[in-house]
Amino acid sequence: MNIVVCVKQVPDTATERKLRSDDKTLDREAADGVVNELDEYAVEEALRLKEAHGGEVTVLTMGPDKAADTIRKALAMGADKAVHVTDEALHGSDALSTSYAMAQTLKKIGFDLVILGSESTDARTGVLAAMLAERLGVPQLTLANKVDVAGSSITIQRVTDYGFDRVEATLPAVVSVVEKINEPRYPSFKGIMAAKKKPVAKFGLAEAEIAADQVGLGGAWSEVAEFAAAPPRAAGTVVKDEGDGGAKTAEFLAAKKFI
Amino acid sequence: MHRLSDEYEALRKTVGEFARDVVAPVIGDLYERCEFPYDIVRQLGAMGVFGLPIPEEHGGMGGDYFALCLALEELARVDSSVAITVEAAVSLGAMPIYRFGTPEQRERWLPALAAGEMLGAFGLTEPGGGSDVPGGMRTTAVLDGDEWVINGTKAFITNSGTDITGVVGVAAITGTTEAGKPEISTILVPSGTPGFTVSKKYSKVGWSASDTRELSFADCRVPAANLLGERGRGYAQFLQTLDEGRIAIAALSVGLAQGCVDESLRYVRERRAFGHPIGHYQAIQFKVADMEVRAHTARLAYYHAAEKMLAGEPFKKEAAIAKLVASNAAMDNARDATQVFGGYGFMNEFPVGRFYRDAKILEIGEGTSEVQRMLIARQLGLADL
Ligand SMILES: Cc1cc2nc3c(=O)[nH]c(=O)nc-3n(C[C@H](O)[C@H](O)[C@H](O)COP(=O)(O)OP(=O)(O)OC[C@H]3O[C@@H](n4cnc5c(N)ncnc54)[C@H](O)[C@@H]3O)c2cc1C
Repeated sequence: MNIVVCVKQVPDTATERKLRSDDKTLDREAADGVVNELDEYAVEEALRLKEAHGGEVTVLTMGPDKAADTIRKALAMGADKAVHVTDEALHGSDALSTSYAMAQTLKKIGFDLVILGSESTDARTGVLAAMLAERLGVPQLTLANKVDVAGSSITIQRVTDYGFDRVEATLPAVVSVVEKINEPRYPSFKGIMAAKKKPVAKFGLAEAEIAADQVGLGGAWSEVAEFAAAPPRAAGTVVKDEGDGGAKTAEFLAAKKFI
Repeated sequence: MHRLSDEYEALRKTVGEFARDVVAPVIGDLYERCEFPYDIVRQLGAMGVFGLPIPEEHGGMGGDYFALCLALEELARVDSSVAITVEAAVSLGAMPIYRFGTPEQRERWLPALAAGEMLGAFGLTEPGGGSDVPGGMRTTAVLDGDEWVINGTKAFITNSGTDITGVVGVAAITGTTEAGKPEISTILVPSGTPGFTVSKKYSKVGWSASDTRELSFADCRVPAANLLGERGRGYAQFLQTLDEGRIAIAALSVGLAQGCVDESLRYVRERRAFGHPIGHYQAIQFKVADMEVRAHTARLAYYHAAEKMLAGEPFKKEAAIAKLVASNAAMDNARDATQVFGGYGFMNEFPVGRFYRDAKILEIGEGTSEVQRMLIARQLGLADL
């Protein structure tokens, strides 16, 4: 099985994240880049499927040169090779144009199964899996906490508010995973050393047949009009128990729509 | 130069992540209950940390001793019980078998040791003395037909009594040299051998989640083939083992010293007194700056010693310097970090409380600070005055 796992480099959630004042895009230089956490679960799932069914795992990343660190980590975990889509012209792409660029690349490299995390910790749109599936014309199986492949059929357990749905499709397909699906492995030193020798293909717009006017800030369908820093956290609400503490707490939670 | 390659850096990051995500949340409880961290050891084994300096053909990772040191530093930044468990298992348990073992001994022990599925230990110290090994040694091994018969007692032996301890290298007197001195050899004793008794754990000031025990041997018989390395070379062998081990203990000490900086940096921003975060006051800033200086310089000292060792150059003096400087740094930083934390620093639930209790042994184990100074002075040619 030819599995492609999409991995994104995001700014470390533990550090302060900023938008750039010039073009209102994320300031990727300001924070350390790390692998988007959910994507590590995607890599782990891809590796487990490969271990069970054979085949090959290819890492696909779109992002600046710095994103090579992220690729190396996925390779150290055990992926076989990588494709790094990188081009100045891609800077500022929104979800739609990103899905276009990634779909073009996927058509080029081929796949039986595409696995990705259900959202990234930076933009948090959570739409890429669905957009990719549409553009590629294959079934989408999203929010999986369990994946089973048998021959050319794939079944997932899709997490919902009330439990889960069982969703079945035939390959090729696109799957997005949630963090309950597995426990990602830590790369071993052997894996780290081996990663050095694994092939990483660099694709620019031309190699992936990406039309320049469909991507970047110019090709984006959405635009950040304005942004402001998040307000500092306000002081908490103290409920004083005068016999009605329980009711007041419930009232507060209900007002915030927690219950 | 002391810039890490991408691979070393990736290893350092990975182990650091593991320490923060897996070790930090549970170690306080284990420490308080003096419980051995079996689950952490299992996961470290799966990552290959126990096999870092061991070649792939023996089930290891094919890295080197410096890779092990980097891993130890990152572990000790969060917890020393876990770090010393790895250190003793690899550098005292597995490495002597790798360096001095016969092909059969290597084949029998190394794959499980390198995978962390089995732990090894090394018994050198005795109740009568650890600094003056030949002078204090009473344990004997006598060849009777094709078996060694071992009698004696070993004190303070790390990893010797866990559920997964498989083998202990025991240094024993096996005769008298031509010069009339005790002839010392090392013999491998599998756990559970009749006549080999492991006492209950010591109650320790620190390293509380690690396993340290007294061992006794009463007519304990093992095959003659369990001799590790050459007969009569036991002393020379463990001197080499200890030289390497000093760099590892230095790395572990740097980890603790850096952990003190990490914790303090967080706390001095949060804790307020007299209208400001305490980090606003120069007295506190200077303390943290001094802590960083100690951790940084001690790190350079162990990087340098490791570099010489890997280049195959003499490194005895550099290893002793690194161990001395780094254990000092750990002790000083633990004292300062505890001070920065005030009363909370004296509480077991804060990592610095643990660091304080764990720091002292670093000036004692694998050669006391006095012994390091003796070694340095000897390397400077002062021994024969
Ligand atoms: C938690 C823990 C784990 C350990 N793990 C192991 C292990 O796995 N394997 C193992 O073999 N051992 C182990 N040890 C033992 C450790 O290596 C010894 O405790 C150490 O070497 C010191 O020996 P000692 O305790 O006998 O002290 P001693 O040798 O009795 O020294 C007492 C004091 O005298 C000083 N001194 C001695 N000689 C001189 C001199 N000539 N000049 C000046 N000062 C001198 C020493 O520096 C020290 O301050 C462990 C110890 C501990 C506490």
